[in-house]
Amino acid sequence: MNAVKTIGHQSLWLARRLLSGLIVVWAAATFTFFVQFLMPGERAQIIFNANSGNVGEIPRDQLLAINAKYGFDQPVFVQYGKYVRDVMHGDLGQSYVQYQPVTDLIARQIGPTIALAFAAMLTAWIITITTTVLFAGRNNIWSKALGGFQVFLATLPPYWLATILLVVFAIQLRLFPVVGGNTLMGLVLPTMALALEIYGFLGQAVLSGFTRVLDQPFITSSRMRGTGDLSLRLRHALRHAALPGITLSGWIIGKLLSGAVLIEAVFGRQGLGGVLVAASSTRDVPVVSGVILVSAALFVAASLIVDLTIQLVDPRMKEA
Amino acid sequence: MNVTYPAASFRQNATKPPASDPLLTVQNLNVSFGPAHSRRAVVKGVSFRVEEGRCVAIVGESGSGKSVTARTLVGLTGARSHVQADRLTFQGKNIDRLGDREWRALRGKRIGFVLQDALVSLDPLRPVGKEIGEALSVHRAIRTRADLTERVVELLNLVGVPEPAVKARQLPHELSGGQRQRALIATAIALDPALLIADEPTTALDVTIQAQILDLLSETRQRGKAMILISHNLAVVSQMADEVIVMRHGEIVEHGSSEQIFGDPRHDYTRGLLKAIPSVRSRGSRLSSSTAPRFISAEGETRALTQSNMAQRCSPLLEAERLVKRFRGPDGKLRTVVNDVSFRLGHGETLGIVGESGSGKTTVARMALALERPDQGEVTLEGSPWTAATEKERRQRRSDISVIYQDPLSSFDPRWTIERVIDDALARRSGNPLDRASRQSEVSELLDLVGLSPNFRTGRPLELSGGQRQRVAIARAIAPRPKIIVCDEPVAALDVSIQAQILDLLGDLKSHLRVSYLFISHDLGVVHHLSDRVLVMHHGVAVEAGGADDVFLRPWQPYTRKLVAAVPQLHFQAA
Repeated sequence: MNAVKTIGHQSLWLARRLLSGLIVVWAAATFTFFVQFLMPGERAQIIFNANSGNVGEIPRDQLLAINAKYGFDQPVFVQYGKYVRDVMHGDLGQSYVQYQPVTDLIARQIGPTIALAFAAMLTAWIITITTTVLFAGRNNIWSKALGGFQVFLATLPPYWLATILLVVFAIQLRLFPVVGGNTLMGLVLPTMALALEIYGFLGQAVLSGFTRVLDQPFITSSRMRGTGDLSLRLRHALRHAALPGITLSGWIIGKLLSGAVLIEAVFGRQGLGGVLVAASSTRDVPVVSGVILVSAALFVAASLIVDLTIQLVDPRMKEA
Repeated sequence: MNVTYPAASFRQNATKPPASDPLLTVQNLNVSFGPAHSRRAVVKGVSFRVEEGRCVAIVGESGSGKSVTARTLVGLTGARSHVQADRLTFQGKNIDRLGDREWRALRGKRIGFVLQDALVSLDPLRPVGKEIGEALSVHRAIRTRADLTERVVELLNLVGVPEPAVKARQLPHELSGGQRQRALIATAIALDPALLIADEPTTALDVTIQAQILDLLSETRQRGKAMILISHNLAVVSQMADEVIVMRHGEIVEHGSSEQIFGDPRHDYTRGLLKAIPSVRSRGSRLSSSTAPRFISAEGETRALTQSNMAQRCSPLLEAERLVKRFRGPDGKLRTVVNDVSFRLGHGETLGIVGESGSGKTTVARMALALERPDQGEVTLEGSPWTAATEKERRQRRSDISVIYQDPLSSFDPRWTIERVIDDALARRSGNPLDRASRQSEVSELLDLVGLSPNFRTGRPLELSGGQRQRVAIARAIAPRPKIIVCDEPVAALDVSIQAQILDLLGDLKSHLRVSYLFISHDLGVVHHLSDRVLVMHHGVAVEAGGADDVFLRPWQPYTRKLVAAVPQLHFQAA
């Protein structure tokens, strides 16, 4: 009976979270829709330029034709209504420049970006857990050096780190391809470039949590039962220390999506970053809006996963 | 193995050693902390022995080195410590300078350790069953998972946790305080160690739970295990211990049988400790050796006079009429925390509110301070609306009622100097505001009143000891010249001797300033010592009210009787 109540409580919570996530996505859609009116230049002019391949004043008949075709001659709120309706049906519009649905464009490029972000997050967590469990809270030089090293990594600009990695490991040592495409080997250097910066933040959060937990009475209590140091760290301390890191991970996912843009440029990788850069420079509004919308949805999904993970690690949070 | 020796043989430097080797021998133990050039000695030349099946208690204030001594016996004094002893043997084996692996073989298996407050001593993210199971699996005492589960449930049953199979799968916060402490004891006795060390095992517990836990520890002892009991509560110790070691500043000041220590204490310090315990017998007398401070404020004297005149004219000062307060729990259900509670507080009177945690006494205090609006009923201050008034109306009269909390540190801004803390309260004094210069002299006067030298003005809260902080909190509370001070567990976090000083100070101030106290505590002795009248709360209801002596010496409600009976009494009365 108690369990039933908990499940009811849980699903209510989940429903509330999904609803608020939906509102975030809707707000992002609305924002990007209205921002396009603040941008300089007629949309018809942009489309005309892209079509004709040159820059010139758009003839009057062309303007009317394009406006009619895209519905630009309609009142703003009619356009907005159509946009929202289309988005709800999974239609993000047509690219002005590439003559194809925005969803197709994004679907083709989102894979490499998600792979890169996921690999970077995973790598950062693996390094964090390993270094923390091995060095945190020990009374030696490594323990002290670790914190400093993390601050150093956190302050490095990732594109600079990417360039260094590229020059050293790809060009000089020839261990990895310079332009990797979507091969596994090609994923290593971009992943490291992103992961090391994230590790700087993540490692700091987990390290300080870990050091604090080691002083807790329940750790001493466990020691007094004869528990060895390593199993103390793995079974007791790590779980507590991971919590601030998991919370931080939600924020990191947002950072990864923007960080990926630069990293993809440095390594010449395919991905959403390239799509966004190209679309911005050609003022391909539907594509820009689409990428922002998808990013917002990814971010919402990620924070939901973060919250669920926290509840899994700390069951006390279910009641809050 | 429960051999009784003549009392003399337990004392230090006993001439005749017992027939068999004792379970534990500690000879000239020294423990210090810090690097070589600035080493701080915490334990100095401590020697004692524990025979099989006997209970040795170590008592002393915080910082006396009692916990460090105990931790030395399991090799957990920390990385920066230096342990040195002429002899340190357990079960005939030398345990001085053991390696980590050897220590681990000893911990839990041969020496069990119970820390205080299971809420923080059990991993909050692991089911309690896993914590108990850890004690078993670490020493490979059990092979299969099914056996482990079965043994864990057995152990929980043994320590008296109801529904052990269900509780084993729950997290510590889902258990009650008493059940948690029982589970923690289960982790320590899981492998039936020859020696059980309990470090303040009942300190964070309510008096009725404390009695249950002490019973449980006594049962463990009756199974023939030796025990080292560490506590600052002398009454707890007198119930359990065969021998008592009194420590101060890292040294043993007195060591003897329970009968001798409690019946015929030799050392002044031990006598002081015994005298400092507030109880029915201590009423009207001073607990600490300090003398009443000389009160220099002439203004205060005249004020005291006018107030006593007022006391005869109008009463009561604070009146609570049928208070009801409900809160919504995490499951969305309304819980009645305070149910139909009424009381009156007269001029210059002390009303004590006792009850266990969760009884609603703090919520009553918050409503008396009008920090919480009652759902039904109201509090009136000097006959006019108080909780029913608007905050704007109340602000004028806020200075009439002050508060002292259990932990003053969290109610101070840690960056403020003591002078600023008190000055801030002075500025809120109603009537004609003081100028800067007179406020400064007033700060010195207030510090003097609470027994602190003017040098403390520039200090900051973090630099003070617990007792000093509480004195500053009192100075801040009396600064606006309140008519009432609400004291919410003001001495719960203090050692018995510091507690005695603070209680004496509160008593002195009461007669000097003619303030009224609404005094909240779970400690019946403390409440009895200080209060004129008492209100006993249980599950949000005032179950009994009346004069302090009537309630505590002649309780007629079953709950009050149970509460009074659960208070550990000193088994031997000091001469």
